[in-house]
Amino acid sequence: MQDTAPRDASGVLAVEIWRGGTDGGFARYEVPRRANQTVLDVVTHVQRQIDPTLAYRFACRVGMCGSCAMTVNGRPRWTCRTHVSKVAADGRLAVAPLANLPVVRDLVVDMAPFFDKWARAEGRFIPPQEPQSDFAVVKPASAKRRAADAGIECIGCAVCYAACDIVGWLPDYLGPAALNRAWTLVNDVRDAGRDRRLAAVAGDAGCHACHSQQGCVSHCPKQLNPTESIAGLKRATAWASLRGKL
Amino acid sequence: MGLAAGQTVNAARVEAWLWIAQRLSALLLAACVAVHLAVIIYATRQGVSAAAILGRTRGSPVALAFYGTFVAAIAMHVPIGLRAILRESIGWSGARLELATIALAVLLLALGLRAIGGLV
Ligand code: HEM
Ligand code: SF4
Ligand code: SF4
Ligand code: FES
Repeated sequence: MQDTAPRDASGVLAVEIWRGGTDGGFARYEVPRRANQTVLDVVTHVQRQIDPTLAYRFACRVGMCGSCAMTVNGRPRWTCRTHVSKVAADGRLAVAPLANLPVVRDLVVDMAPFFDKWARAEGRFIPPQEPQSDFAVVKPASAKRRAADAGIECIGCAVCYAACDIVGWLPDYLGPAALNRAWTLVNDVRDAGRDRRLAAVAGDAGCHACHSQQGCVSHCPKQLNPTESIAGLKRATAWASLRGKL
Repeated sequence: MGLAAGQTVNAARVEAWLWIAQRLSALLLAACVAVHLAVIIYATRQGVSAAAILGRTRGSPVALAFYGTFVAAIAMHVPIGLRAILRESIGWSGARLELATIALAVLLLALGLRAIGGLV
């Protein structure tokens, strides 16, 4: 496919990149425009060729590790799979750190609060106490397996977390990714931590804080639907409370 | 969060019950609003006078049951929704939040019952 991005006569892209901490500001760089160039390519060029002190994070470059998310022209995105031609149609490119997380420096945010919330949401498999004598058979077509499948491909990039207004307003809110993860485990028939997990994700800092406007859904680069997972948790916690299990 | 384990579980239960109450009251509201609109349209199309309307609603157990349900659903539904807004937008929490929610529910209930008193 041909890259049809507008470029100026010299084939140079002017990019603004956030430098410093929360109180930092944008600095301007000129980067050669290339075909099929990604936003991560642009940032990498600046760090390798112009200013080696620029801090940013990436690993896989192919949309698997979830480490390269940044705010691109005001929206959270995975930068390794975001083509410049797609986001900078008007020739403007501004790259900043993800919102809703503490800025360490330049484009790097501290992901600890994000992953701490996965732990708070009991976002890990909890095996049964008694030893299992046989393999669990989980039918691929079963409703629970399909519900778990729908959310399982999360790469932990925090794009949804940065896109969620409620995270910005209620700093304790677990957020879309942790709740989506909890929902995949609630649907794992081998897991023994259901009641504990539902108690952990219910409440005013959990699934009940979500208003279902789907900012997370429209930004998730893996096309997951955390809103649907959270709605599932609201239903599951309602039934649990009716049964006195909450 | 600085909450004891018992408190966290308690908050979880409160939110779960409020969610159920909001869904149930929303169901009632959907039905009540539909009936209410149909009645308004009927009354205005037919040119029924205020006196004629009161003649039909005064002492009517159906009107009492319908508007009583309507008012109860509103007094339940609206404070729960506004409670979330107070928490997020103004940052209220704890006793202040719960008292404001209950006060709004009581106010809506009182206003609604007064309106019913004028009709039935
Ligand atoms: C008197 C008019 C109404 C007012 C002022 C009102 C207000 C609200 C508010 C403020 C919320 C909270 C939104 C949130 O937490 O995200 C809410 C939620 C809701 N309302 Fe209403 N509402 C009204 C009528 C209705 C009616 C007639 C229905 C039903 C058809 C309805 C259905 C719902 C539902 C299902 C929710 C839950 C949304 C959620 O939390 O995900 N509401 N309402
Ligand atoms: S749907 Fe819920 S989790 Fe997703 S962005 Fe909106 S409030 Fe946040
Ligand atoms: S749900 Fe989507 S946006 Fe959120 S962390 Fe997972 S992959 Fe990223
Ligand atoms: S670098 Fe791994 S997802 Fe972008």
